[in-house]
Amino acid sequence: MTTTVVELWAEAPLVRYIAQSSARLVVVMTPAGQVLAQHGFPRAVDLMGVAAIGAAIMASSGALADLVGEASFGALFHAGRRHGIHLAACRTGRGPLVVLTVFGRETSIGLVEFFFDEFAAALRAAAPADQVRGPILAENFEAELGRSLASLFGR
Amino acid sequence: MSASLEQALDRISRVRGVRGSMFVAADDGLVVAELLMEGVNGRAVAALAASLARKVGGASGATGGGRVRFVQMDAEGGTLLLAPAPQDLLVVALADPNVNVGLCRLEMIRAAEAASR
Repeated sequence: MTTTVVELWAEAPLVRYIAQSSARLVVVMTPAGQVLAQHGFPRAVDLMGVAAIGAAIMASSGALADLVGEASFGALFHAGRRHGIHLAACRTGRGPLVVLTVFGRETSIGLVEFFFDEFAAALRAAAPADQVRGPILAENFEAELGRSLASLFGR
Repeated sequence: MSASLEQALDRISRVRGVRGSMFVAADDGLVVAELLMEGVNGRAVAALAASLARKVGGASGATGGGRVRFVQMDAEGGTLLLAPAPQDLLVVALADPNVNVGLCRLEMIRAAEAASR
């Protein structure tokens, strides 16, 4: 399984998180779904689909939190028979990030949640504080996406 | 926390040297009920205890040992004790290295029975 990053500072925390949590797939992305780092995705099309859906779920959850008067909800967790997913946000000097983790029966939500806290702290410590990521404009979207894919999958 | 679970944890925690006790969901590694001394990271203990139980259970099954009834892990800084309970739960106790394991185990087995009621 490969780990690839668009921004180098995210690599060490991600590699450690994967080793500790035994996660199968991990995506670190912006709330807009722009991928900064990934582990375990063999194909770009799978990664971009998962990132877009993950970002959409976080946005919906944020809107729902707003409606019921919460600042935000904590992590989201869905359990399946063979896989579980953990979806959570963390604030960094580079702006807010969303992390989607897919794990199997070899680990548990308890372990993933526990090590996610360490991962979020490591991302906060590693993120360059002076380069907050701005919103991606529609006219730049395709070029940004192309650059991310090239970094992640060498195309 | 239901009164019977609370009572069961209270009895374990009264054993000299016990720093905390909890019911943990065996599959998820999440805390179901806990009674811990200050400074004990319940989430971490629960996650690691469930992971340990799964690995020991797998090893026991693979070597023909059958179902695990009790796990004792002695470390420099303390002792972790696990006992499977009904409803896919684990009874977990975290204690000092010199804890009376026999007494603690007795209370943990009682706690496991309380979880089945």
